Amino acid sequence: MATLTISGLHKRFGTVEVLRGIDLEARTGEFVALVGPSGCGKSTLLAMIAGLESVSEGEIRIDGRLVNSVAPKDRDIAMVFQSYALYPTMTARQNMTFGMESRGVPKAEQEAAIKRVAALLQIEPLLNRKPGQLSGGQRQRVAMGRALVRDPKLFLFDEPLSNLDAKLRVDMRTEIKKLHLRVGKTTIYVTHDQIEAMTLASRIAVMHQGSIQQFDEPQVVYDHPANIFVAGFMGSPSMNFIPGELTKVDGHPAVAIALAGGETAMLPLPQPPQSRPANGKVVLGVRPEHLFRYDPNLKSQKAGLAMLTAPVEVVEPTGAETHAVLKVGEREIVGRFDPDGAPRLGELLPLGIDMAHACLFDPDTQALIRQGSA
Amino acid sequence: MSNALSGIEALRKSAPGRDALSAWTPRLVIAPGAIASLVYVFGFTLWTLYISMSNSTMLPTYRFIGLKPYFDLWSNHRWQIAYGNLFYFSAFYVVLTLAVGLALAIAIDQRVRGEAIWRTIFLYPLAISFVVTGTVWSWLYSPDAGIEYFVRGLGWHDFTFRLTTNRNTAIYAIIATGIWQASGFAMALFLAGLRSVDPDLVKAAQIDGASPARIYRKVILPLIAPIFVAVAVVLLQFAIKTFDLVVALTQGGPGIATTFPANYVYDLMFQRGEMAVGAAAAIMMLLALAVVLAPYALWTGWRSRQAAARG
Ligand SMILES: Nc1ncnc2c1ncn2[C@@H]1O[C@H](COP(=O)(O)OP(=O)(O)OP(=O)(O)O)[C@@H](O)[C@H]1O
Ligand SMILES: [Mg+2]
Repeated sequence: MATLTISGLHKRFGTVEVLRGIDLEARTGEFVALVGPSGCGKSTLLAMIAGLESVSEGEIRIDGRLVNSVAPKDRDIAMVFQSYALYPTMTARQNMTFGMESRGVPKAEQEAAIKRVAALLQIEPLLNRKPGQLSGGQRQRVAMGRALVRDPKLFLFDEPLSNLDAKLRVDMRTEIKKLHLRVGKTTIYVTHDQIEAMTLASRIAVMHQGSIQQFDEPQVVYDHPANIFVAGFMGSPSMNFIPGELTKVDGHPAVAIALAGGETAMLPLPQPPQSRPANGKVVLGVRPEHLFRYDPNLKSQKAGLAMLTAPVEVVEPTGAETHAVLKVGEREIVGRFDPDGAPRLGELLPLGIDMAHACLFDPDTQALIRQGSA
Repeated sequence: MSNALSGIEALRKSAPGRDALSAWTPRLVIAPGAIASLVYVFGFTLWTLYISMSNSTMLPTYRFIGLKPYFDLWSNHRWQIAYGNLFYFSAFYVVLTLAVGLALAIAIDQRVRGEAIWRTIFLYPLAISFVVTGTVWSWLYSPDAGIEYFVRGLGWHDFTFRLTTNRNTAIYAIIATGIWQASGFAMALFLAGLRSVDPDLVKAAQIDGASPARIYRKVILPLIAPIFVAVAVVLLQFAIKTFDLVVALTQGGPGIATTFPANYVYDLMFQRGEMAVGAAAAIMMLLALAVVLAPYALWTGWRSRQAAARG
């Protein structure tokens, strides 16, 4: 079993700095997801862990051993590529044995490994086909098989599911999760699909412009995003951001936000913020699921509710839930509603906001303003 | 109402006309080229075939005498040497050009500095005509002006390098010159092939622990195998048509040691006035080409059907 420790990692291509001081750590058996928008450097980071790209600055350690200048084959890793990178002229079986042959593994052992992995991934009938004769999902399995036939210290996945259709992706996601529970290898998994990251990972590293914005457990990243970028990136539809100002109502902390027609709404905060931006300006972040149709009977049951009225601009039923675009001041915000009692187009919705789950951000530093402990 | 109807009527009438026009346009456009190649390639091939079985001498005559010119041809020692030379030359020329071209391509593929310059340098020989190539290399091979003269000038007074004056080695001079000229062409195609290989495959193979040599042998080269075949076929055509290179380099000599079929055909037809035998020799060259091209055509057909079956 193996750990991965990355500290102060930089990568420069000429004068372009692609990674700017990455610190990351994966404990034994952990599943770490790297998420971030396109071009943020996820693949580059993975390639550096694999030894396919040189290190400009910083350290990569596998099991405590410094591997900065160790060749890929000597790092004891296995990798699944986004393009699968199956050798087109070889059959599935040859694809899987190629690495073992290169390392001089005895034939009998190779056979045993193929048998074990083919059974695990249910690809026995495909072993004699070439990649060109396989469907996308089958290729994906063979690519995983090629990584699994060895017993590496570290598994690296670079967006292995992004080429699959939506349904297959969900199925394979579950399979990968099962597989990880079964094999228990330390895994670094690159994806730009935040749902994949949430469902699979034990910890998520959110990357943006070459640095890690937050590295924590999925629920923590979701509930307490470190900054506006993370808050907006995780979750779909993404979090609503409303500019406001810290005030007090009857001695209790509150956020004042502007409504249409020069009115302001006072939204009470259940806990006082731990710090306060100099001019009192904040950005209020509310997830779509924390908006609901206000019901006067509910107020007594739930603490930290705020109420305002908002016109409904667009209604998008998705089946399980209905998304509605609402107008708050100059802003449009999105809410997720139960299809029963969902907002109707043109309605002036009495909108409830669950302030206990709302986030406050500093508009200058973009960072989360911690709230006092609940 | 009637207006609308007549409009539809008009549409209906014009539609077949337009269909016919659009169906015929491509045919009309390619017709001149098709007719020309039909006449010049197939027409004259058939004509040559007929002449090769006639009693033509200085001028074509049309009296059919069967396969006699072929017997005359094959009983001629010079033709036997020429045909033998052709096979000998082709084998060395094609295999070595492929090898040198591949070696150059792999060397340049290592992301060398000034890659464009190297590519140009190696590709230039192909832009030079065979006659110029042959003439320049005949100087290089010449004892009075070329490599031997140069090395002796440096102080090695008993250095000898006289490929073209020895009847046993002259053919190697031609082979070497041919390789010099064509390996850049092979390199360019191989390099394009190497560059088209998905870099992820190489990375995957690196992680799989394969050495660079093994990556080339097992992963990259099998992928560009079709390029090998295509280049080999083009080179074989070059080889079979070899004519001006020999004329400029050795004039078929010393003696008749480096006579090639094309040179012999030229001799028979235009120097000695034995048109029927010359035509027979030309048909034999065509046969040699067919031996090369027919399997290639079958192979490409088989491959594309294979690909279609795979979807
Ligand atoms: N060889 C290179 N030379 C210069 N810049 C490069 C090179 N490789 C990558 N980059 C740059 O590095 C940045 C990060 O690339 P990377 O492939 O790591 O992105 P990514 O996060 O994997 O994106 P995606 O989600 O689209 O795969 C990009 O801006 C890219 O243009
Ligand atoms: Mg990527």
